[in-house]
Amino acid sequence: MPSFVITEKCDGCKGRDKTACQYICPNDLMVLNKDIMKAYNQEPDQCWECYSCVKICPQSAIEVRAYQDFAPLGSSVIPMRGSDSIMWTVKFRNGKIKRFKFPIRTTPEGGIDPYQGIAEVNQGNLKDERLCDELGIELTVPKK
Amino acid sequence: MAEMKGSMTSTDVLNNYTIEEVNTDVLIVGGGMVGCGAAFEIKKWAPKDMKITMVEKASIERSGAVAMGLSAINTYLGDNTPEDYVKHVANDLMGIVREDLIYDTGRHVDSTVQLFEKFGLPIFKEDEEDTRSIAEGARPLRAGRWQIMIHGESYKVLVAEAARKALGEENILERVFITELLMDEKHENRVAGAIGFSLREAKIYIFKAKAVIMACGGTVNVFRPRSQAEGMGRTWYAIWNAGSTYAMGYQAGAEMTTMENRFVPNRFKDGYGPVGAWFTLFKSRVLNAHGEDYMQKWGHMLQDYAPYGLAKVPATCLWNHVMLKDWMEGNGPFYMNTSGAIKTLFETLPEKRKKSLEADAWEDFLDMTVAQAGLWAAMDIDPAETNSEVMPTEPYFLGSHSGACGMWVSGPEDLAPKEYQWGYNRMTTVNGLFTGGDGVGASGHKFSSGSYVEGRIAAKSAVRFVLDDSGYTPTVHTDNKVLAEKIYGPMITFEKFKDYSTEPNVNPNYIRPRLYLFRLNKLMDEYVAGTSTFYRTSEANLLRGLDLLNRLKDDAPKLAASNLHELMRAWENYHRSIVGELHLRHVLFREETRYPGFYYRTDHPKLDEQNWKVFVNSKINKTTGQPELFKKPYIELVPKN
Repeated sequence: MPSFVITEKCDGCKGRDKTACQYICPNDLMVLNKDIMKAYNQEPDQCWECYSCVKICPQSAIEVRAYQDFAPLGSSVIPMRGSDSIMWTVKFRNGKIKRFKFPIRTTPEGGIDPYQGIAEVNQGNLKDERLCDELGIELTVPKK
Repeated sequence: MAEMKGSMTSTDVLNNYTIEEVNTDVLIVGGGMVGCGAAFEIKKWAPKDMKITMVEKASIERSGAVAMGLSAINTYLGDNTPEDYVKHVANDLMGIVREDLIYDTGRHVDSTVQLFEKFGLPIFKEDEEDTRSIAEGARPLRAGRWQIMIHGESYKVLVAEAARKALGEENILERVFITELLMDEKHENRVAGAIGFSLREAKIYIFKAKAVIMACGGTVNVFRPRSQAEGMGRTWYAIWNAGSTYAMGYQAGAEMTTMENRFVPNRFKDGYGPVGAWFTLFKSRVLNAHGEDYMQKWGHMLQDYAPYGLAKVPATCLWNHVMLKDWMEGNGPFYMNTSGAIKTLFETLPEKRKKSLEADAWEDFLDMTVAQAGLWAAMDIDPAETNSEVMPTEPYFLGSHSGACGMWVSGPEDLAPKEYQWGYNRMTTVNGLFTGGDGVGASGHKFSSGSYVEGRIAAKSAVRFVLDDSGYTPTVHTDNKVLAEKIYGPMITFEKFKDYSTEPNVNPNYIRPRLYLFRLNKLMDEYVAGTSTFYRTSEANLLRGLDLLNRLKDDAPKLAASNLHELMRAWENYHRSIVGELHLRHVLFREETRYPGFYYRTDHPKLDEQNWKVFVNSKINKTTGQPELFKKPYIELVPKN
């Protein structure tokens, strides 16, 4: 299902240092049309529907419309991603709605200290097979 | 697609480009799970003055196969031993695997999963009220023998944050596409860097490096997909996996292995949502149109594929094999019996779990394949009432899931047989070129966690490699004009001819990347066992396919690109065509049917343990430019019972 940008809501991330959807799209699809300062999906049939652009858009201007070569019209799946959880609203073609909320992380955004609790390594251990957080353990080898 | 008004145009690029040379010690190509694992590990081992650079074609928060998120970590050993893990993977991949590499991943993977939890990844616990981490003794909720359930929407965001912190912002170059590796001019068979271009600026990059960790994932869209319009984007594996790992590694001279293998996942039809949790967590089965369990009906067929068919869980390809038989008998379509499974679960589950069951089922899709949730919504499907269709997809090439394509790498010194070991763990046969995840062949089932482990292993090895040869400086001679003409070649072609016709898409002087891809897709599908022949091919078909593929590659110098985005597509699709050829030649070489259900050699329809329980490897002959194929012995490390 390709992403699409709602004309009225998109402000081209004017006041920001980068166009959020263009920054995040893993497949380089989202792009800013500088003439009108609105973003669009430049290659909709290469859209994996990963929702990265939908989740990051500060204006909630991006949604996804079902792939029309196999999906009937009329449904939507819309996320609202916060700092520690995500809310999903699933609207069925028949009008039924389901809502779900899931946690996404237990640490504050930007709060990871990658080496917390991992001791300094000794260059002498470069030659053995233990990784940096495994220096206290003995690695096994296959039993004969 | 005719107009791409957003990306920088070929005119702008060709009039303004600059060339930047980046000198580094270790270059990490690709910021997916392997790249991020490498970034984390490498900074612990590298001396302060060792420069590490990561280059990625997207943004690492959402790049690689885990970009969307995941609902499970599929490799966590827990109470299983690495020996159990080897037996499981070996059976699933029909016996021909590098057991040293699998064992090695298995013995490291649990500590890596604990690391993810420390980064902030929420992991389901067996006891919902247990607030401890796994490292503190909590038991994760198993979805299957090897899988644990996670709230993984931000899995990649977390892993990327740790990588960014480890490497430092200034050492990560995003939106740069690498087109090929550079070889050292003074030292034979030694990698010395890579070249590529920016997707945002008119800039070419020359990276000179003492070691390179290549990790650009597997390959999607070599075969014609089942969906042909917008739905073409809804591939099962990440659509941006363009085979660059295999193509660039192969062209640099790395020995490739098991490229005849492919993965044909049996998934919810069209949406390609995950079925794993439905099978293992919800205990569902797939039934044919008459409500019959095809595995029971045709179970005797598995005897033809002993021992792999007789294991408690038969090899993945064999499930497809039996289902395809039932389909041929006229008993399709097939449906995941979600309604039956939910009914049974409601009779057996404790009250507390019942409540979360519906949310768990939807989260499984929303965390990793939102499109499948969308398709259920579009089709008004309530899984408790309506069963959903399941069907094998188009083929994919990868080395981290139930597949084994990749490069032939050195195993760990403490356990690999000497035939599989040349000094640096996860180094390819090219000196200084390391890989992990989808890049490491003959050792599937590492998934996200195991791929991260392999990135870590490769990183530590790369540091040692660089330190062991501290006097080395890369010698690479690059003529800037020649380089620009090569990398920007498709733009130069476009500029030269674009005004010849009134419609730039139809022009006799060039081929657009999109049509190059479609031509590859068509010939792979029709001659190399795609969906339209129900995964069947033969020597005669393969030779016909090879002829067509060679003609396609002959046209590669005529690829044309009107802007930077399309330039990336030109290079990606060229990489895809190289992977397609490798696959074709490997399938041609292996004269048996090793992976029925994934593909059939109709002229050699049987499994031939006597002659073909060996690896098929290949390597470019740099004089002729052609691949050379040969057998490599399989060595058993863990006895199977």
